[in-house]
Amino acid sequence: MADTTATMENSPKIEKDEGVRRRDFLDVAALSAAGIGGLAVVYPLISQMAPSKDVLAASTTEVDVSAIEVGQAIKAVFRKQPLFVRRLTPAEIAAAQAVPAGSLRDPQTLEERTKEGHLDMLVTMGVCTHLGCVPLGAAEGENKGEFGGYFCPCHGSHYDTAARIRKGPAPSNLEVPDYEFTSDTVIQVG
Amino acid sequence: MSKLISARLIAILVGLGFVVVVLSAFVSGAYTVATEGMGEETAEHEFHKHPNDYPFAFEGPFGRWDVAQLQRGLTVYEQVCSACHSLKYVAFRNLEGLGYNEAQIKAYAASQTVPGIDPRTGEQTTRPGLPTDYFPSPYPNAVAAAAANNNAIPPDLSLITKARHDGVNYVASLLSGYQEVPAELQREFPDFTVPPGLHYNPYFPNLNLAMAPPLTATGQVTYDDGTEATIPQMAQDVAAFLAWTAEPTLVQRKQTGWPVLLFLVFATVLAYMSKKQIWAAVKPKKRD
Amino acid sequence: MSFPWARQYQPATGLTKWLDEKLPVPRLVYNAVGAGYPVPRNLSYFWNFGVLAGFFLTLQIVTGIVLAMHYAANAQVAFATTEHIMRDINWGWLMRYAHANGASFFFIVVYIHIFRGLYYSSYKAPREMIWLLGVVIFLLMMATAFMGYVLPWGQMSFWGAKVITGLFGAIPLVGEPIQVWLLGGFAPDNAALNRFFSLHFLLPFVTLGVVIMHIWALHIPGSSNPTGVEVKSESDTVPFHPYYTAKDGFGLGIALIGYFALVFFLPNYLGHPDNYIEANPLSTPAHIVPEWYFWPFYAILRAFTSDFILPAKLWGVIAMFASILLWFFLPWLDKSPVRSGHYRPLFRKFFWFGLIPTMAVLFYCGGAPAEEPYVMLSQIATAYYFLHFLVILPIVSQIETPEPLPYSITEAVLHSDKKPVLGENTAPAV
Repeated sequence: MADTTATMENSPKIEKDEGVRRRDFLDVAALSAAGIGGLAVVYPLISQMAPSKDVLAASTTEVDVSAIEVGQAIKAVFRKQPLFVRRLTPAEIAAAQAVPAGSLRDPQTLEERTKEGHLDMLVTMGVCTHLGCVPLGAAEGENKGEFGGYFCPCHGSHYDTAARIRKGPAPSNLEVPDYEFTSDTVIQVG
Repeated sequence: MSKLISARLIAILVGLGFVVVVLSAFVSGAYTVATEGMGEETAEHEFHKHPNDYPFAFEGPFGRWDVAQLQRGLTVYEQVCSACHSLKYVAFRNLEGLGYNEAQIKAYAASQTVPGIDPRTGEQTTRPGLPTDYFPSPYPNAVAAAAANNNAIPPDLSLITKARHDGVNYVASLLSGYQEVPAELQREFPDFTVPPGLHYNPYFPNLNLAMAPPLTATGQVTYDDGTEATIPQMAQDVAAFLAWTAEPTLVQRKQTGWPVLLFLVFATVLAYMSKKQIWAAVKPKKRD
Repeated sequence: MSFPWARQYQPATGLTKWLDEKLPVPRLVYNAVGAGYPVPRNLSYFWNFGVLAGFFLTLQIVTGIVLAMHYAANAQVAFATTEHIMRDINWGWLMRYAHANGASFFFIVVYIHIFRGLYYSSYKAPREMIWLLGVVIFLLMMATAFMGYVLPWGQMSFWGAKVITGLFGAIPLVGEPIQVWLLGGFAPDNAALNRFFSLHFLLPFVTLGVVIMHIWALHIPGSSNPTGVEVKSESDTVPFHPYYTAKDGFGLGIALIGYFALVFFLPNYLGHPDNYIEANPLSTPAHIVPEWYFWPFYAILRAFTSDFILPAKLWGVIAMFASILLWFFLPWLDKSPVRSGHYRPLFRKFFWFGLIPTMAVLFYCGGAPAEEPYVMLSQIATAYYFLHFLVILPIVSQIETPEPLPYSITEAVLHSDKKPVLGENTAPAV
């Protein structure tokens, strides 16, 4: 860059090698400093697009599950996304347990997907793992798909009663978020 | 050529036109000043005091928050100011900056009542606060605030120290500056009165302030750290707290500034030396 | 560039050769700011400010795009989203302070650039077009800065919008309908805020386009220089790169030190406290003043206080716009054959002892309250301002006897350490 043009001057050239080297060193150092400065500027410019403090702070939700009757589901909101909470019937539990986990695309048992002592309380994100649509099946009268769980109408993914992917393009089961029972009737998500 | 001269002649005439108009305004202004003087001296002008310069830990290029002082300031805000003044841009989660941990913030938020919606009926109700909630406002809306305060709406305090000249010192001076109308003022301006419902304060621009003195006695609040709550102490503590609410990133800003400036000085010195080297070849020499 | 000794771009590798045939961007850069652009060798540090202005325009565009990702142009939430940027967005406080102070630095740099042009008569043939485009850039900057100041929706934003659109209300007959049309309402509100945001986003890119034309126009005659003597031979010039890239790099370092000192340690120094109070249509701040860079023109606006055939308000508006628009005519008002103020004894006196103090007074009075003695002071200064450009400049350029000029730039540079030989000596470039 800077050093290539030095010899083209009509004025006297710098003849001594040492001078050339010192000059090269200075130019390289100055250009490197400019480069480092430029890179340092990139950091806040990229970081500003990450979730802001208020978004990160609003990442826990409490849901009262006492009013959900057996066989029903409710939709709540967690991180601005739908959250399905479903109280399974004994038949649905049995159907989920009847399937050998090893045969599934995303092998998980119902026990792994629920909290101990709350086998009937299935808490999942209402976000299809294919491309993010909201699956049907949480509300009364909606298509629950071929396996009696959830059905995503966008691209035809069928989830079973444990919200595991059984048929269609979705790569994995509906996500179970981090949550805990803060009391027998209240769960805190996130 | 003659065309150009005439074009410039137009410019000269336009220029002289503006000069005549503005000087005529000057003459009439000067006439007014000559006959009526520069305007009468007012009590506001003569007796308004600039804020005192208090020492605060966060001032200066190396400033740091005095966390204990900020916590004391929060106590004053909570026990005194919050009765009338909102703090709507500050969330409970922000109290992390005052050195509180998550559990303390949760407990503090839960101790506050914020507006909410009954999940069953959808009706307006109240609930205990969460860390993500903002400090609740004392009035539901501006009309209510005006009605409760003789039409003087208490300003939101989140940004108050940035919204006034020399804001931190202003808040501290104002809060500890209430006094009787000075005898000298009464002598010079016999017509000067403090209207009913207002309060004399020399740090307020027009001297008469709607806010009644909020800090009235030593020990009005009780500090957790045992500091004696004198009026100047409370005033400075709450001013410091409001400096934090106005700009929670203030210390981070100054701390980021130093490495940036030091790097720039280094890079600029390098750039200067590099430039000198490059120009050495074409600079005129004595031998020329 | 027309100098025959300008270096030719030589693509060295296969890739650059291929690119040079298909899309010769490297050649363009080489000829614009590279070794292919011969520049007078005697430029002083006053010639750094064009590059600096380009830098600050870029900085404003980058920080502005970032802020626009988080800001919402709605009167209900504009103030709150600004605080959201300051408090919650990662590095949001830095972006906003960088943008707000970047505007100030852009103006500082451009004002110095303009005064360089005025002193060295950079507006004269063959560089009239550069100057005209420069005035257009300045007008665009003013419009952009004004609309940007409205966006945070503080008290100064609101009342600034009201007062400035009120200027158009001074136009006889159609004034008020125009004002209502500009605001999309009877006072600044959502409609005005939204259109100001849209235009505030658009205008910088228009400015960038005009800047490119400004630089293009510059490369036709080449840069001016402190002697005002045109380049005669190769020994008068050095290639832009590395000589002026290195010098501009150093100048940029100095400017950035000042800029970041302000951003990190005094970010609100040039702002007004009232803009941290949310807009309130029912209460006007005690002293409404625009941002500092508008003060001289604001002082001219307020100097016209009495009716004179036309209403005072209209005179103020006319004079304020005229004070900038008259710059468009400078190349034809000042007919002196000598460019540089160094060799124009009479012009120089009027510049340093007339124009500069006048601008200082206008600056000061524009920021001061509309009281005596500031109004009277700004009236005198306004009178001189118009006198200087429209009367003194044309007459001085006619009657003045310039001092002898150096034969060439090279001569001026080589004799810089001796007493004047052919002309008054010029400051050496470095």
